[in-house]
Amino acid sequence: MTSLTNLTIAEARDRLAKGEFTAVELTRAHLDAMAAKRALNAYITETPELALEAAKASDMRRQAGQAGILEGIPLGIKDLFCTKGVLTTAASHILDGFKPQYESTVTANLARAGAVSLGKLNLDEFAMGSANITSHHGPVENPWKSKSDPAKKLVPGGSSGGSAAAVAARIAMGATGTDTGGSIRQPAAFCGITGIKPTYGRCSRWGIVAFASSLDQAGPMARTVRDCAIMLEAMAGHDPKDSTSAPMPVPSFEKALTGDIRGLKVGIPTEYRPDGLSPEIETVWEQGVEWLKAAGATPVEISLPHTKYALPTYYIIAPAEASSNLARYDGVRFGLRVPGTSLDDMYKKTRAAGFGKEVRRRILIGTYALSAGYYDAYYAKAQKVRALIAEDFRKAFESVDIILTPTAPSAAFGIGENDDDPVTMWLNDVFTIPTSLAGLPGLSLPAGLSADGLPLGLQLIGRPFDEETVFKVAGVMEDAARFTAMPEGV
Amino acid sequence: MSLDKSTVRAIAELARIEVPDEELDHLAGELSNILTFVEQLSEVNTDGVAPMTSVAAMTLPMRKDEVTDGNQADAVLANAPDGADGFFTVPKVVE
Repeated sequence: MTSLTNLTIAEARDRLAKGEFTAVELTRAHLDAMAAKRALNAYITETPELALEAAKASDMRRQAGQAGILEGIPLGIKDLFCTKGVLTTAASHILDGFKPQYESTVTANLARAGAVSLGKLNLDEFAMGSANITSHHGPVENPWKSKSDPAKKLVPGGSSGGSAAAVAARIAMGATGTDTGGSIRQPAAFCGITGIKPTYGRCSRWGIVAFASSLDQAGPMARTVRDCAIMLEAMAGHDPKDSTSAPMPVPSFEKALTGDIRGLKVGIPTEYRPDGLSPEIETVWEQGVEWLKAAGATPVEISLPHTKYALPTYYIIAPAEASSNLARYDGVRFGLRVPGTSLDDMYKKTRAAGFGKEVRRRILIGTYALSAGYYDAYYAKAQKVRALIAEDFRKAFESVDIILTPTAPSAAFGIGENDDDPVTMWLNDVFTIPTSLAGLPGLSLPAGLSADGLPLGLQLIGRPFDEETVFKVAGVMEDAARFTAMPEGV
Repeated sequence: MSLDKSTVRAIAELARIEVPDEELDHLAGELSNILTFVEQLSEVNTDGVAPMTSVAAMTLPMRKDEVTDGNQADAVLANAPDGADGFFTVPKVVE
């Protein structure tokens, strides 16, 4: 049944509707493929019994004429979404044994649309990382191999590395991701799939383990633009339980895929061409511009002058919010507890044992940036620069409809590379962080292969709550790119 | 900006994370590098710029202050590593 796992969500949806196969058959095909691909370490928790139960219920709903827009589609869930009664780890030791007593809004929305959850996907600890190497449950392997060194294990990107690897390896038709500074888009680029971080406020954050609350946003990862559009429609929507969730109707994103982008103005930001940008990335970017021109859009050079300050701004704001959010892990209410001689001693021992090095580093930086005497110099300053970065985009969107950039400065690298210096690792997100700071929608889609045979992604950035234009342009680029390459063994 | 060992010890204390003495030097180096990296923000003129405190241009919604939920003590305590008799427990805090 390997062919079933190769279908897109849209194809599976249409063939399920015609009765060519059942949700149980489709789910079983994925469970078998998951068992055969455990070496990738993409899943932290597989839930085959629950999946088959959900698939049976889905087939019954379909028979009763009550099919939702994702009826019977098997998906993986990033293990940052709380799932009722199912282990939720955030890939951290400190959440050992945590079984939420409630369901996140996004996963509840997906279930309501008929989706079947296959299990919980690996990620960087608390979504802090760009290579999925900080997980307490071990690194995830990218299913893609480089031509020059096929034996080398490559990172899938991060933090939604398990999600990206699973979708690329055909052990999930789609997956949820979350994106704080690039955590959907960069792994999507590294694994040759499509992913969108929607506008901040589009998806409810309720029940998603918090990292940096002013930046965190959930989004879909799948193998086509259309599949992402279908998934996002099911995931999004106003939720009174998240006060930053936007009280706006959710359009049919799939209907936005008209293929007609004539007359659209596409911004090409000068600042995204830093010295030392890989010529391969530059070539793929130029190719993307040509595709859009051929479809009737007009490229326009734009300037986003504060781009170079996005990374340092992010590395104040995100750790500051994280240090505050992660204060809740105290050994009292859930997860790991290491005994101590006093309350403080118990806190300190629990948190020392429970947090990995990257998480500890970010909590300490954040604690320092928020501490008395440094708040204005670091946090308040970063918030002001963040306002300037958002203003750059606002001005740019006065003259363009969409912005095209590379997603990441390189293709996937080896597990163990780039991890001796945190700042070098952070540079992976140099093209995705500005969008996150401004709260804008950003989509990454595969645009070509490097000379070494690895996927390269391009990013489309849209106006707030204009995911429809992003999807429309992405659909045109996808048709032009004809990206049909697949990792070996799928 | 360079942090010394004692500052790192103080930050770790504030964050309630025990850091062994032998890791302090290394950590001080790492954190100092990060602070040096972010210090480029001081080049940016932010005079008269209001800090960005909310991402979307919307005012936070208000709701009625009323009880909408409750009677879930078991669910609340279900994940407590050391719950007892309907309570969370902690090491003794009152002498």
